[in-house]
Amino acid sequence: MLEIKNLHVRAGGREILKGIDLTIPDGHTCVLFGPNGSGKSTLLAAIMGYGSTEITEGRIVFKGQDITRMSVDERAKLGIGMMMQRPPNVTGVKLGDLVKATAGGGDCEGVLDKVDTFGMDRFMDRDVNVGFSGGELKRSELLQLTAQQPDFVLLDEPESGVDIESMALVGQKVRELLYDNSVCGVKSNVNRDVSSLVITHTGQILDYIGADTAYIMKDGTIRCSGRPADILKDIREKGYRECIECRSRIVKL
Amino acid sequence: MQKQDSEAVKKALGKAGAYGEDIDIDRFEAGTRNPEAIDDIADADSSLRETMSHVGVTSEEERSGTIVFIDNGMSHCSNREQEGVEILSTRQAFEKYDWVKDYMWNAMSPEKDKYTAKTYLEESDGYFIRVKKGYKARHPVQTCMLIKRNKTLQNLHNIIIMEEGSSLEIITGCSTTHSSGDSLHVGVSEIYLQDDSNLQFSMIHSWGKETSVRPRTAATIGKGASYTNNYILLNPVGSLQSYPVSSLNGEGASCTFNTMCLAEKGSNVDTGGIAVLNASGTNAQIMSRSITKGGRMIARGRLVGNAPGAKAHLECRSLVLEDGGMTLAIPELETSVADVEMTHEAAVGKIARDQIEYLMSRGLTEDEAIGMIVRGFLAGSIEGLPQSLRKEIDEAIEKANLGS
Repeated sequence: MLEIKNLHVRAGGREILKGIDLTIPDGHTCVLFGPNGSGKSTLLAAIMGYGSTEITEGRIVFKGQDITRMSVDERAKLGIGMMMQRPPNVTGVKLGDLVKATAGGGDCEGVLDKVDTFGMDRFMDRDVNVGFSGGELKRSELLQLTAQQPDFVLLDEPESGVDIESMALVGQKVRELLYDNSVCGVKSNVNRDVSSLVITHTGQILDYIGADTAYIMKDGTIRCSGRPADILKDIREKGYRECIECRSRIVKL
Repeated sequence: MQKQDSEAVKKALGKAGAYGEDIDIDRFEAGTRNPEAIDDIADADSSLRETMSHVGVTSEEERSGTIVFIDNGMSHCSNREQEGVEILSTRQAFEKYDWVKDYMWNAMSPEKDKYTAKTYLEESDGYFIRVKKGYKARHPVQTCMLIKRNKTLQNLHNIIIMEEGSSLEIITGCSTTHSSGDSLHVGVSEIYLQDDSNLQFSMIHSWGKETSVRPRTAATIGKGASYTNNYILLNPVGSLQSYPVSSLNGEGASCTFNTMCLAEKGSNVDTGGIAVLNASGTNAQIMSRSITKGGRMIARGRLVGNAPGAKAHLECRSLVLEDGGMTLAIPELETSVADVEMTHEAAVGKIARDQIEYLMSRGLTEDEAIGMIVRGFLAGSIEGLPQSLRKEIDEAIEKANLGS
């Protein structure tokens, strides 16, 4: 579904990604670990096509199409959707209007009847993200993504800022977004094969989704990969540095 | 009627406005005082109806009353709430009631500038709306001022009297037709809110690319009364300058100015609001949202705190959609009293890129994203905007093609 080859990306005036190679097949859930500042969010922003990132080398292929130079909305229309870690405030734009525009008058308008299941029914007349708490931001993002129904979902730390109680709802909605054989939360016979790339620090989200592969990123490159549970265990026990060193030795052997 | 010193007013004919470029009044011909009569708005010819609908003047259902002026004369007047609302022409009111003269040129000085002086000396007609003591109108009154003939000077003198404890919403639309763009509109409006009354006054303008516009509005607000002034200009205009004044004279009086304006290339817009807080515990809010797309836009706001316990806030926000033109925000705060709380904020700039891309990541095109943000930016300035106006605003935004 997604193929990234030798991707070099500049952001904030310096090179952040230094040659990323990554392939995510149809229906795969991939997890991205890595210390702060390693370039994880930059990678997601580059896949989405945000102007804060500049691709200097390499390419991104999605569903067989080279999207390296595509605009953000073209990528979204091709089926890429993103949950930002800190989405911007959009003063004056009502969440309800954005969800409706996102659903685009299609089948997903049905999601508007289910906003209460996201705990967002009181927020539809509020300005997008303005004054939202951590958990509200995530639920708002998930509501928008559910209206959008992307085939490839980028999730940047879905658990950050979410209290323990709300985590169950966020986890459930992420699970539905990735695996529910339904359209916009409304059951249907359409077979969906959603792939995703999920950034997580704590691994909490892994209690709700079944990840296929985990990667560790450091200093703008992907250093190693493996089974998500193993990698998380290694990071917890040994820290990133030792985990990476140990795993790269294994690969060499 | 002529209680002022006519000589002094005649002298004021040579007095340019305090703001905005000077307009040569003599270039225009006085508009007719005997325009065609329209019995029913629905029966007006289609081009007039279309012009009126662009400024929110629509069918008479859901309206307490409707009064229409074409050029300098009354063309239509209807009233469905006669038990509490009186709608007349200013001239009719002057002839009917002895006391009306006390409300003429009381809130506004005819010597303010050449435009008020001209209106005074011409003894211009206009609309007169009075809401009787304690009466709460069920529906809005709509008023409309159209310029039909080209090269016309439209001079109107309007009076609104809100008696004690009364309440009303007025929607007033002013416009030119397709062929009368090179004209001058001068509308003097004197608004009186007696104690504990409530008036929401929304003015929508839609002019031609060459039209000159000089509204002159003054409101005096009594104890516990509350006044909202909404001003909307989303179409091209030649030169528009307006700086309405509210004097909060009674304890606990409040007023809100909400302005949403667009200055396209060739438009010269200078607008805002002044609130003078003359009594204790008065409250004022001036909110301005403007957009420049190659035109000149001056957003003014002035708060004058003259009494203890006065509280007021002023906010000027401008979006600049393209290079060229000029945007100037001028917020002013003035007081000589220690116990006042007056604040302001002003911001000028483009739409943040991350907001546009955020909406684009949901599948909206760049134009759709910008349109949505701009619409939200403008509409966000007016809380409780009459639902009837939203459609007109959406259409005007659509027409202005702000997304590109």
